[in-house]
Amino acid sequence: MSDGTMGAVELAAAVRSGARSARAVTEEALAAVAARDDELHCFLRVLGDEALEQADAVDAAVARGQDPGPLAGVPVGLKDNLCTRGIPTTCASRILDGWRPPYDATVVRMLRQAGAIAVGKTNMDEFAMGSSTENSAFGPTRNPHGRDRVPGGSSGGSAAAVAAGFTPIGLGSDTGGSIRQPAALCGVVGMKPTYGRVSRYGLVAFASSLDQIGPFATTVEDAALLFDVIAGHDPLDSTSLPYPSPPTFESTGAGSEGVRVGVCTDLIDGCAPDVVARVREAADALSAAGAKVEEIRIPELAYGLSAYYLIAPAEASSNLARYDGVRYGLRVDAEDAAAMNTATRTAGFGAEVKRRIMLGTYALSAGYYDAYYAQAQRVRTLVLEAFARAYASCDVLLGATAPTTAFALGEKVDDPMAMYMNDVCTIPSNLAGHPALSVPFGTGGDGLPIGVQVLAPALAEGLLFQVARVVEAAAPSPTRGAGQ
Amino acid sequence: MTWEMVIGLEVHCELASATKLFCGCRNAFGDEPNTNICPICLGLPGSLPVLNAQAVELAMRIGTALHCEIRPSSFARKNYFYPDQAKDYQISQYDEPLNAGGWLELPDGFRVGVTRAHMEEDTGKLTHVGEGGRINSAHHALVDYNRSGVPLVEIVSEPDMRSSAQARDYAAELRGILMATGASDGRMEEGSMRVDANVSLRPAGTTAFGTRCEIKNLNSLRSLGRAIEYEAARQMALLESGERVDQETRHWDEAAGRTEPMRSKEEANDYRYFPEPDLVPLVPDAAWQERVRAAMGPMPADRRAALSALFGDTALGAQADQIRAVVDLGLDTMVEQAVGAGVPAALALARAANELAAEGDRGRALPIGSFVTLVEMEAKGELSATQAKAVLRAAVADVERDPRQLAREMGFEALGADTLATAVADVIAAHPDEWARYMSGEDKLAGYFINEVMTATANKANGKEVAAELRRLRD
Amino acid sequence: MSEGTEPGHHARRTPGKLSPEEVVHVAALARLALTDAEVELFTAQLRTVLDHAADVAALDLSHLAPTAHPLPVANALRPDEPRPSLDREEVLAAAPSVEDNRFRVPRIGAPAP
Repeated sequence: MSDGTMGAVELAAAVRSGARSARAVTEEALAAVAARDDELHCFLRVLGDEALEQADAVDAAVARGQDPGPLAGVPVGLKDNLCTRGIPTTCASRILDGWRPPYDATVVRMLRQAGAIAVGKTNMDEFAMGSSTENSAFGPTRNPHGRDRVPGGSSGGSAAAVAAGFTPIGLGSDTGGSIRQPAALCGVVGMKPTYGRVSRYGLVAFASSLDQIGPFATTVEDAALLFDVIAGHDPLDSTSLPYPSPPTFESTGAGSEGVRVGVCTDLIDGCAPDVVARVREAADALSAAGAKVEEIRIPELAYGLSAYYLIAPAEASSNLARYDGVRYGLRVDAEDAAAMNTATRTAGFGAEVKRRIMLGTYALSAGYYDAYYAQAQRVRTLVLEAFARAYASCDVLLGATAPTTAFALGEKVDDPMAMYMNDVCTIPSNLAGHPALSVPFGTGGDGLPIGVQVLAPALAEGLLFQVARVVEAAAPSPTRGAGQ
Repeated sequence: MTWEMVIGLEVHCELASATKLFCGCRNAFGDEPNTNICPICLGLPGSLPVLNAQAVELAMRIGTALHCEIRPSSFARKNYFYPDQAKDYQISQYDEPLNAGGWLELPDGFRVGVTRAHMEEDTGKLTHVGEGGRINSAHHALVDYNRSGVPLVEIVSEPDMRSSAQARDYAAELRGILMATGASDGRMEEGSMRVDANVSLRPAGTTAFGTRCEIKNLNSLRSLGRAIEYEAARQMALLESGERVDQETRHWDEAAGRTEPMRSKEEANDYRYFPEPDLVPLVPDAAWQERVRAAMGPMPADRRAALSALFGDTALGAQADQIRAVVDLGLDTMVEQAVGAGVPAALALARAANELAAEGDRGRALPIGSFVTLVEMEAKGELSATQAKAVLRAAVADVERDPRQLAREMGFEALGADTLATAVADVIAAHPDEWARYMSGEDKLAGYFINEVMTATANKANGKEVAAELRRLRD
Repeated sequence: MSEGTEPGHHARRTPGKLSPEEVVHVAALARLALTDAEVELFTAQLRTVLDHAADVAALDLSHLAPTAHPLPVANALRPDEPRPSLDREEVLAAAPSVEDNRFRVPRIGAPAP
């Protein structure tokens, strides 16, 4: 198994030059999944024939001398909340079991145009609600670095597939940390773009004002390559930024000379000592590389978690109303339409989804709107203003991604609040719509990966990748190729 | 005690855009079920709405015509479960409507306040199957989502109206405005314009509002008037007997001629509005507003004034009604052009308001030129009134045909003096040699010319008159 | 206008301790059925989350405008041009129940709220 250690950049170069065929690369990826995914359960569905067909198209383009695209022949895992035409898209929920979208998500279309090969739909927490991938209706994913550990979530399947070497890159969605937290727990790079950079068209909504699709990769460079492919204006998404996304892959080398880095104590306090230590070491590495590092306090971020757990469930309660048994997906029949809706939803949704729907319904219901939802939206303003003050004196911020290394399967499933605390460091960027990235940086005392989070202001993805490369270069031990 | 009616109307108007409010599906009435549907209007997972620029423009025209302030606005979600609602929420403008604070002037000069005119999407169409198709007893229901996502503007009036006649006038005038702006075809029978009425009573001379009921399912102006009268009588009976009126929504049963309470679930009224996160604010700048204003034609009130001006100060009561009818039906341009061509205004107005109006949509389709020709013929005495009406009906039935031709075929046309002179002149021009000989004294050629004119006019000319005309021209 | 459609300010209630009755009410609004055990469990769990949110609810943020969108984008519009609709057969094939080219549902019983 060699492709697992070969990055997307190298792989695409090999395919583009004809040195390797996309079919051979794809067959290897499919073989690896077939051999080892029973144990990890990264994939809800493997796309064998479809992937090989796409690989043959890439090889044919190469043979004709046409440009097969920047991700030619690179296998990719798609989180199962990304719509794929004719291919089941379940969001790991019984309520969508068997549903085949009649259209492709914009990112899926862009990946295909770039020559990437979708080898499967990856596991996730049901409707992206969770931080461990244990809320999948189809069983949890295991962490390739420790089978008794969670991979994080909600995009645990895509993260674990990259960590396991099944695919060099993957796509996830990040509403409160659902890309960065599993990236940290699985020892891979995961990035949430600026809100509006990547089209949400075809991403099954969890919380519309927070959701962003973003890349997983083994290296920052690969993440930047994938980001460039999926970023850009999409007229099908009203919240898509109405201007082009400048390329980050070719224009940003590693470098932090003169960059002002704020080590945000509010994104470190309360984290496990190992995690705090790795963030401090990463800051030292940046300082050694010429960055101006100083500590910064942004106490307003502490309100982020509460605001998030009002806003996201509120939007979700509305976004998930459509699963009513009328037009698609599960139906449990009953004597009248309302009873049918209730029977369907009661049978089709898992406990965490029900919990959040109820929380959100309550936050929006008559009388409580101002106290909860509107107040949470004001906290959003508070967080935005606090970030703006911080970015007056810093170019980027540094903090932890997750408070701990990967926790044990089953450890937090019965304690929602403990599970929600996993997102405490990642949520502020979602509330602000800012880009942020988790880059692996050594391990904890338990030998499990730790991620360091780099945060940047809106639209500063180029700077984010640039600084992340410095952190990556200084990381104490490679965590790549886990599970081999 | 004397009671005063207090009436406010909520009018839903389907916009006449080519596509739906948030997707590119066709906005069409009467197509095969579920043929104009896509991921967006079907509420499929992952789909997102994108606002239709033309729908916004039409909504701004409505706001402009109703003297509203056009403001920065946004959309919200109104959450409730119902099978005709593809997403189980409706995207609607809530606390930030596009148009607010305007008024509508009735033909008698009374102004009704317009609280707001906001944009929202329509639902799909439900058919109840079994047990007479009634909602409470049907066996099951079927959903067609062709109408799902069709753009609507909801126009909410202030509770300024005091009689059912005033409410009807308001609805009729609003309909005229909606049609004049091009925002809607105004067809109540197809649901393009749907009216709900809020009705309450209060003791005459007091200012506090009584408890109101909202009446739905008013599919015609006639229903509107009847329902308000019924509801006011119902409420009065309650109040006079010392009972109170419950605030509720009631359904107008046209066949039974009464309103009935609509029972809905206890949970029903908690719509959990919140800002629609999939859409961004709609902020029409001054330049856009000005473009919309500049592109708008005259409104019904302006057009009535223009027609009245043709009568000077002499427009009588009957003519005022005719003017209103002609403008409501969009026939005023025909009248204006006929008057421009020299036809007496009263005649042109009467033919448009009576005969043409009676033809409905077909009347509107008559080419303006045909109408002008017809009333000209009548004005010149070439057709009697009875004949003119008959030819008008024939012309409406076949708009391709020339009314003169039709009149001839119907055997109605007598040649007027002008027409005869024209026919003689045409024949002379065609036979210059013969004319020169006649002019030089060959009298017998008069017979030749009379013969030619009779042929040219299909024997409609009077031979003696032709001879007289020939002599007049020679002498 | 029924009360629920009245635009303007939401009536403001001071959040107290979430009751099991409120959980049942909210579940009904969301079209979810809960067992008694679930009502008890969810009441406790949601209380924990709402207790945590009490710090936010208590803040005086009246000087701040709510943020609905993180980035200032406005007037995202599309031209009024028809685009192809979906194939009806494909759409109806995904539906749980179909009759006469329409989506079939059990009787509805009550008018739309």
